[in-house]
Amino acid sequence: MLDADFFRRWVAATAASVDREAERLTALDSAIGDADHGSNMQRGFKAVTAALEKEAPETPGAILMLAGRQLISTVGGASGPLYGTLLRRTGKALGDAAEVTEAQLAEALRAGVEGVMVLGGAAPGDKTMVDALVPAVDALGDGFAAARTAAEEGALATVPLQARKGRASYLGERSIGHQDPGATSSALLIAGLAEASGE
Amino acid sequence: MSDEKLVGIVLVSHSAEVAASVAELAKGLAGGATAVPVAPAGGTEGGGLGTSAELISAAAAAVDRGRGVAVLTDLGSAVLTVKALLAEGDELPDGTRLVDAPFVEGAVAAVVTASTGADLDAVEAAAAEAYTYRKV
Repeated sequence: MLDADFFRRWVAATAASVDREAERLTALDSAIGDADHGSNMQRGFKAVTAALEKEAPETPGAILMLAGRQLISTVGGASGPLYGTLLRRTGKALGDAAEVTEAQLAEALRAGVEGVMVLGGAAPGDKTMVDALVPAVDALGDGFAAARTAAEEGALATVPLQARKGRASYLGERSIGHQDPGATSSALLIAGLAEASGE
Repeated sequence: MSDEKLVGIVLVSHSAEVAASVAELAKGLAGGATAVPVAPAGGTEGGGLGTSAELISAAAAAVDRGRGVAVLTDLGSAVLTVKALLAEGDELPDGTRLVDAPFVEGAVAAVVTASTGADLDAVEAAAAEAYTYRKV
């Protein structure tokens, strides 16, 4: 069973890796975006960490709802509402249970990813965070480590794609050959899950 | 007319200057429409380029007169942030609506229409119709 501590470890691991990888995320974003993804995500997860400490939510659902709310308010770029929606939909699907099973988390994350796809209008293959998240959710049945691998492979697989969503889509064919920053940070989020589980 | 409750307009841009200037432009072009509550929500709280959920919520609350609020946005995170706030249910006043319209032309159409005392449907329709205004 996954308790509130697991979810706190997940968020903390993601915040730490976003912090560590911020420069790389911004560098990827300067190739095809507006060069702020790393600093935006860093600011967002810093606010998440502070809010979790201050408000000390006690259930998995409440932790993700609060984290998502902070991302919507503080990121300042499109990744704010997108990641915010991902975590809030996932948290909402978990309800107020004190502990959840891995299968429940997988199902809730799927709802979260669907929320992201509806909000952003993106489908797999559009060179967005969806390209890391969908394979990760599909692989969750085989464990968190498998999901991490799937997300990382999904992020790498965005390199040859032409962007069809967001600012990068204005670049047309010139977006080909660059890894998508959103898919890259999504892989960090899923890697955080594996880290929290010890897998 | 001065006692009439009007639809409020919120203008969300990545840039504080763009949002404020378009608000001024729309009110100016609307002539006697100074009674229309219009609020810009531009840039981040720190003054940079981007979108602030807090500024949007505050602007919507400031222009809400109980007849609905039309929100016009530029692109990307401005659109997504408003949609995410609407999905939350309690972040924006009741009757707040994201209007699918070109930012500048739509703002002018929305403010002029709101100044007549029109309801939110009419304001939305006028703003959306600005897409059909061809220049060549």
